[in-house]
Amino acid sequence: MVSDSMPLAIHKSPLTVIYEWLATADHKKIGIMYIVYALLFLVIMGIEALLMRIQLSHANATFLSPQVFNRLFTMHGTTGVFFVAMPILFGFGNYLVPLMIGARDMAFPRLNAFSFWMTAFGGLLLYASFFAGDGFSQAGAAPDVGWFAYAPLTAPAFSPGHSTDYWTLSLLLAGVGSIGGAVNFIATILSMRCPGMTLSRMPLLAWMNLVMGGLVLVTISPLTAAQLMLMVDRYMSGHFFDTGAGGSVVMWMHFFWIFGHPEVYVLIIPCFAFVSEIIPVFSRKAMFGYPAMVAATVCIGFVSLGVWAHHMFTVGMPSYGNAFFVLTTMVVAVPTGIKIFNWLATMWGGKIRFATPMIFCIGFLFQFLLAGLTGIMLAAAPFDWQLSNSYFVVAHFHYVIVGGILFTIFAAFYYWFPKMTGRMMNETLGKWHFWIFLIGFHLTFDFMHIPGLLGMPRRVYTYEPGRGWETWNMISSIGAIFQVTGILIFVYNLVQSYFKGPVAGNDPWDAWTLEWATTSPPPDYNFAAVPVVRSRRPLWDIKHPDDPDWKYE
Amino acid sequence: MVKSGLKFWGRRVLQLAVPVFCAATAAIAESHGGGISPTNIFAPDSTPANSLYHVSVFVLEVLGAIFVVVFSLLAYAVIKFRQRKNDDDFEPPQVYGSNQMELAWTVLPVLIVVVLFLSNAQVIHRVQDARRPEGAVDVTAVAHQFWWEYRYPQYGFVTSNELHVPVSDPGNPTPTFIALLSGDVDHSFWVPRLAGKTDLIPNHPNSTWIDPQEPGLYLGQCAQYCGTQHAKMLLRVYVQSRPDFDRWVHEQQQPAVSDPSVAEGRALFVAKACFVCHSVRGTPAVGQIGPDLTHVMSRDTLASGSVTNTPENLRAWIRNPEAFKPGSRMPVTELTDKELDQIVAYLLTLR
Repeated sequence: MVSDSMPLAIHKSPLTVIYEWLATADHKKIGIMYIVYALLFLVIMGIEALLMRIQLSHANATFLSPQVFNRLFTMHGTTGVFFVAMPILFGFGNYLVPLMIGARDMAFPRLNAFSFWMTAFGGLLLYASFFAGDGFSQAGAAPDVGWFAYAPLTAPAFSPGHSTDYWTLSLLLAGVGSIGGAVNFIATILSMRCPGMTLSRMPLLAWMNLVMGGLVLVTISPLTAAQLMLMVDRYMSGHFFDTGAGGSVVMWMHFFWIFGHPEVYVLIIPCFAFVSEIIPVFSRKAMFGYPAMVAATVCIGFVSLGVWAHHMFTVGMPSYGNAFFVLTTMVVAVPTGIKIFNWLATMWGGKIRFATPMIFCIGFLFQFLLAGLTGIMLAAAPFDWQLSNSYFVVAHFHYVIVGGILFTIFAAFYYWFPKMTGRMMNETLGKWHFWIFLIGFHLTFDFMHIPGLLGMPRRVYTYEPGRGWETWNMISSIGAIFQVTGILIFVYNLVQSYFKGPVAGNDPWDAWTLEWATTSPPPDYNFAAVPVVRSRRPLWDIKHPDDPDWKYE
Repeated sequence: MVKSGLKFWGRRVLQLAVPVFCAATAAIAESHGGGISPTNIFAPDSTPANSLYHVSVFVLEVLGAIFVVVFSLLAYAVIKFRQRKNDDDFEPPQVYGSNQMELAWTVLPVLIVVVLFLSNAQVIHRVQDARRPEGAVDVTAVAHQFWWEYRYPQYGFVTSNELHVPVSDPGNPTPTFIALLSGDVDHSFWVPRLAGKTDLIPNHPNSTWIDPQEPGLYLGQCAQYCGTQHAKMLLRVYVQSRPDFDRWVHEQQQPAVSDPSVAEGRALFVAKACFVCHSVRGTPAVGQIGPDLTHVMSRDTLASGSVTNTPENLRAWIRNPEAFKPGSRMPVTELTDKELDQIVAYLLTLR
C-alpha cells in the first residue's frame, strides 16, 4: 500500500550525503542535479543579460567596453542554450520519464550519470575562461565570437589566444553528455514501459522526449564535426574554413545551422511535453487529439532537419535555394501551430483551475502564438532580408525561449516540485512571481521588436542616437529589472517551500499519470509493484471506475 | 470576488499590450518616410526595398488576422471555461478529439502556407535575379574590419566609407549595382531604406542593387558581427542628382591636391609609416590596408561614419584611435605635437 506520509528521516553525515549525490546513478537524483545546475547558470546568464541591458539603455553608453560586451553576449547565448536550457530539460526528462512509464530507472543509469557530469564539466570549463587572459574584471579570455562562432572570426588571425578554444572544447564535452542522455531516453522509452503501456498509451511527455532524443542524436554530430574541423584549422594547419587557401566560411554556417536549427526544436519539444501534461489536469479534460499531437511532434522532428538555411537567407544563396528553405520553414510551422489548437480545444468546455502551473502555461500559449507568427515573418525571405541579424530576431527568439520555454519550465517547477520534494510551493508567491515576471517579459521583449523594424542590428555594444532606437531600448532595459525581481521571488519560493512548504501527499493536483501513484518524493525504486495500465490515464481509470478511458480510446 | 476579477482583467490588460505593440508596428509600417527613423524598413525608397516592403505588409496582414482570431479564441476559452465557485464537483465531459476539426485546422494552415510561399518566391526571384540595365553604375564594395572600401571601376578611383550614387528615374532607371567582397571576416551591407541586407563574405562574392528615387543621405550599418567594432562600422549612402554625382566623380578622379605649404606633413606621412596602410593617389602612398585618403576632406565623417570630420576630431583620431573606437585596427603612432600638427595640416589639404 502506498502511504501518504513523509518517509522516515534517517540521520546521515554530510559527507555521506555528498558522496551519495556525487556517486549516484539514480535518475531522480541525476535529474535534480541537472535542474539545480541549470538554475545556477540561469542566474548567471541573467546577470550577463542585465549588464548588457544597462549598457544598451542609452546611445553611446560607456558602462561596458566593446570587448567586455562582446564576451558577455557570446557567453550569455552559449550558456543559455547548452548550460541552462538543455540541462534543465534533460533534468526534468530524466526525473519524470521512468516514473511516467512505470519503470524503475533509466535504461542505462551509469551512462546517465556520466552524461550529467560531462555536461557539468563542460560548463565549468567554459566559465573558467572568464578567469584566464586579463582576468575577471576584463571578462578574461571568455569567447567573444558569438554563440554561433562564425568562421573566419574564429581563425587564429582574428581570434588570437584561447578564447575560441574554450568555446569549442566546452561544447564538445557538453555534446558528449547530450548524446549519452539522448541514447538513454530512447532506450528507456522504447524498452522499459510497464505492462499494458503500448506506445499509443504512453504519456505525451514520454513521446516528446523520445522525439527530442532522436533529434539530439542526429543534430549534435554536425556541430561536433565542425568543431573538430575548427580545431584542425587552428592547431594543425588545416584550411577547412581558411578562405585564403580555398576553404569556405559558408560551409561553417551550413554545419552550424544544420545543428542549430534542430537544436531549438530539441529545446521546445520537451516544453510542449510539460504543457501537454499540465493543461489537461487543470482543465479537467483529457488531451484533445492525442494521436495528432504525436504525429505533429514526429513530423516536426523530421521537417526541422530541413529548414536550417533560413538562418542564411542573406548569405547569397541562389534564389531557388532561398525559396526552398522558405517553403520548408513555413511547412514546419503547420504542425507547430496545430498544437496550439489542440491545447485550446483541451481547455474548451473544461473547468479551468488557475493554479500557478496553469497560469504559466496560459502565458505560454499567448506568447508562443506570437513567437510562432514572428517566426513566419522571418521565414519569408524578402522580409528576412530586412529583419535578419536585427533586434527583431533577438526579440523573436527570446520570445520563444523566455516567453515559451522558460514559462513552461516555471510551470513544470510548480507542478512537479511537490512530487520531487514532498512539499507544495507557495501559491501566493507563485502568483507574484508570475505577474511581475510577465510584466518584465513583455516590457523587454514586446518593445524589442521595434528597434529591429527601425534598422538596429544585433550584437552591437552601442548604437547611434537619432535613429529612433533609444526609447525602445530604455523600455527593454527597465523590463529586465522586473524579470530579475520575478526570478528572485521564484528562488525564494523554492528554498522556503523546500524547508517549510505544506506536505503535498502523493497526488496534490488530482492528476492522472503514473508519477502521482507513488509517494512524494518517490522511494528509490519508484513503485513497490510494477504498475499495469489499460489506458493513457491510469489514475483516471482508478478514480472513475464507472467511466474509464479505455472504454473510449 | 475581486481577486478573481483582477486576475482576468489583469491578464486581459496585459495581453492587450501585445495588440497595442502590434498597432504601434502597424503605425510604423504606414509611416512612409524617415520621420520616425532614418533606417525604418517600412520607409523604402528604392525598388528592392519597395518589393520587400509590399510582400512584408502582405505577410503582416495575413499573420495579423491569424493572431486576432487565435488570440480571441484563447482569451474566450480562458474566461468562459474557468472553474467557478459554485461549480459542482463533477468532471466536465471528456472529449478525446474530433477528426473534422483537426482536418480543418490542418488544411487551412497548409493553404495559408501555399499562398505565403508563392508570394514570397515571386519577390525572391524578382529581386535576386534582376537584370542589370545598360546605364547602371558599378561599385565594388570591399568590407574590412571596421570600414568600407568603395571602388568605382567605370571611373577609375577608390574611396572609403561614404558611398555616392546617382538618383534613379523610374522611367529611365540608372540603378547602382554593388559587388560585395570582404577583405577579412563576414560583414553585411544594410541600408534599410534602400535594400535588404546582403552579406560580404570572404571568397564568396555577392552582389546587391539599389535605385533610389529621392536624393538625400541614407544611413545604415554593418549587420553581421565582425569583431570588436562591429557597432561602429556605419554606412552612409549619398544619393545625388545626376549633375551632382558627375561632379563628385570628377573630383574624386583627380589625384591628390599637392599643396607645397604642407610639404613637411607629406614627408612625415611617409616617414611615420602612414603610407603602409593608406593610399593618397598621386603620391608614393599606395597602402591597401586602411581607407583611401586621397580626398578625405571631401567626406563628412571619419572612422566609418562614427566621428564628424572636423580638424579637432581628425587630430584626436590620429593621436589615439582607441579613444574613439577601441579595438579599431588603426594603431597608435608615436608623434610629437608638432609632427601631429604637420600631418593634420597635410591631410586638411586633401579635399
